[in-house]
Amino acid sequence: APLRSAASAPPLYDVVVSGGGMVGSAMAAVLGHDIHFHDKKIALLEAGPRKEYDHMPDSYSNRVSSISPGSATLLSSCGAWDHVCSLRFKPFRRMQVWDACSEAMIVFEKDDLDDMGYIVENDVIMSALTKQLDAVADRVEVFYRSRAVGYTWPLPSHSCDTSPWVQVELADGRRLQTKLLIGADGHNSVVRKKAEIKNIEHQYDQSAVVATLHLSEATDNNVAWQRFLPTGPIALLPLSDTASSLVWSTSHDHASELLAMDEESFVDSINSAFWSNINHSDFIDAAGAMFRSAISLLKPSGTAVRQLPPSVAKVDPESRAMFPLGMGHATEYVQHRVALIGDAAHRVHPLAGQGVNLGFGDIACLAHHLSAAAFNGSDLGSLKHLLKFETERQRHNVSLIAATDVLKRLYSTTLAPLVLLRTWGLQATNALPPVKVRI
Amino acid sequence: QLSLFRFTVKRPFSTSHSSVDSKEMKKFQLLAHKWWDEEGEYAALHSMNDIRVPFIRDTLLSMSSNYHPGNPLSGIKILDVGCGGGLLSEPLGRLGASVTGIDPVEDNIRTADQHKSFDPVLAKRIQYKSSSLEEIVEESMETFDVIVASEVVEHVADLEMFIKCCSQVLKPEGSLFITTINKTQLSYVLGIVVAEKIMGIVPEGTHEWEKFVSPEELERLLESNGFSVRTVNGMLYNPLSGSWGWMESTSLNYALHAVKSGAWAQSHATDTLPETDIQQRSATAG
Repeated sequence: APLRSAASAPPLYDVVVSGGGMVGSAMAAVLGHDIHFHDKKIALLEAGPRKEYDHMPDSYSNRVSSISPGSATLLSSCGAWDHVCSLRFKPFRRMQVWDACSEAMIVFEKDDLDDMGYIVENDVIMSALTKQLDAVADRVEVFYRSRAVGYTWPLPSHSCDTSPWVQVELADGRRLQTKLLIGADGHNSVVRKKAEIKNIEHQYDQSAVVATLHLSEATDNNVAWQRFLPTGPIALLPLSDTASSLVWSTSHDHASELLAMDEESFVDSINSAFWSNINHSDFIDAAGAMFRSAISLLKPSGTAVRQLPPSVAKVDPESRAMFPLGMGHATEYVQHRVALIGDAAHRVHPLAGQGVNLGFGDIACLAHHLSAAAFNGSDLGSLKHLLKFETERQRHNVSLIAATDVLKRLYSTTLAPLVLLRTWGLQATNALPPVKVRI
Repeated sequence: QLSLFRFTVKRPFSTSHSSVDSKEMKKFQLLAHKWWDEEGEYAALHSMNDIRVPFIRDTLLSMSSNYHPGNPLSGIKILDVGCGGGLLSEPLGRLGASVTGIDPVEDNIRTADQHKSFDPVLAKRIQYKSSSLEEIVEESMETFDVIVASEVVEHVADLEMFIKCCSQVLKPEGSLFITTINKTQLSYVLGIVVAEKIMGIVPEGTHEWEKFVSPEELERLLESNGFSVRTVNGMLYNPLSGSWGWMESTSLNYALHAVKSGAWAQSHATDTLPETDIQQRSATAG
């Protein structure tokens, strides 16, 4: 058979990553730094323009992420973590989570001196990843202002004359071909939709309000705080000794109110949310106290010291914003020559601080399998190794997403039996080391 | 669909001087279009890549001091004998090697050529030719660094001639990789009865137990033809998971790595006999 004429066919890439957010950029950067991808061609498609992150503004951005140590390791592996450290980030040692309807509380902290996690602005992560993508520009081509509008899928086992590659059509008419398409294009993923992968999704009747806050007084600020209110969890994530980031999940109406009110009232609402005992009932308090004494008989060290959250003095003007929350999970993460990662595959409520970490976990797993496949000379788009990635990640993600969803629903009520259940549950979990460690 | 295929069977020039068995060729002709269906008739061969490619790659890497990241087999010339549809040639090409794939069945070569044509890198690195091993000997004396004969020796008519030809086209100290099936009671039961007739892992009639060769016999033939056998490993196919693994015992499938003796060793080995005598002996064998 005559050779295909290279001139007429669109350029062929080994991997095309669709979506240049934190997860898509990290995927491209990690593959670009992989030794077995040394001579491979990777393309990253981003609909937006290239952002220059050379100068970080003095004020903090209101979009931050809680980065787990595992995610930090992944970012380290492609050289991005060093940039994050040289820009700005805040390690935290302790997480205190408690209920607004009772005294129940759970504290997470590591016995050793390791950090539990890091609060990093999303812009800082993007800046670090952009630098590392530039460093491997000979392997990774980044297409800015390039929205993919159409995909053509190949037949699985081709024995005829059609191209075996995925065809990608961009908005400006340019075309690419690729052996593997990775969809990192967010919870409304076009890749997922065009691949006709069913998505189980549910809109929560909640929005998250974010803002950058200034504390009343400077403190070590190495604790992440989260309190479950009946309307939704409110979280304070440390940014520096004097500043914290707010993530307040609440009803759409309340969220709009919070955005509309003046700054003083906003700050008052936050402090009241953390400090007020208005939702306590004597019955629950007594029941909780009884349970606590019972635990301390069985396990003297099972109740931790309650620290007091910092109080907020000021909010950064212009830093208030809101976005709707939902949950989603794709029934398949992979198909022949296609893989979904990050929010394209799964969307979760921010109450567990897991969102982007799940995406980074997907990257670590997929990159591992692709690296091995490349070293074996395999066809990168082959379902054989893609299915291994899917199995590993679904196993990990499904239980976490389901648990987060259950927690969200459990804590959305003031009904006494459920409050008691979760009070005792929280207290018991706090006392049991094995369960806490798993979390 | 079969009626679309034109059979052009290459005649071997003389039945006694060829390792190609025309009956065997016919069997593979019928399945020429099925090579690249990963879940079809050749599924077990596709998954065999998971162990035979790393075996070849790691053995060659351990013997060389250069390492090109991303292209570990860069600069190595490989001959894939009985390449079929190119299932093994393609991964070796992706790892950087220059591969020549030969197969006596023209339809196989046609399939292989078409499959590689969509990938410009592979199209350049791999060349396919419809030919038997003997037919290329004259033009390819001591040309290749490596020969792979995977799942082939159990189909050849004259194994010793096959080995001699391998030796002729291989450079001194070049490597020969063979994977094949042992001739044991177990291989009859599992390799033919179960694999072909019961579970359909291999298309029926693919193998003839009589042609299986034990590692001991293979080793003997190799050593007496200027090769030094370095490694023999047993292989096992798990039909439930569809995957291959290594095992201690060679009673079923096995892989073998041999090295052709270097130039000075060869001349010492043939000290007692003049060279012309050896040519005459191989011409009348078989």
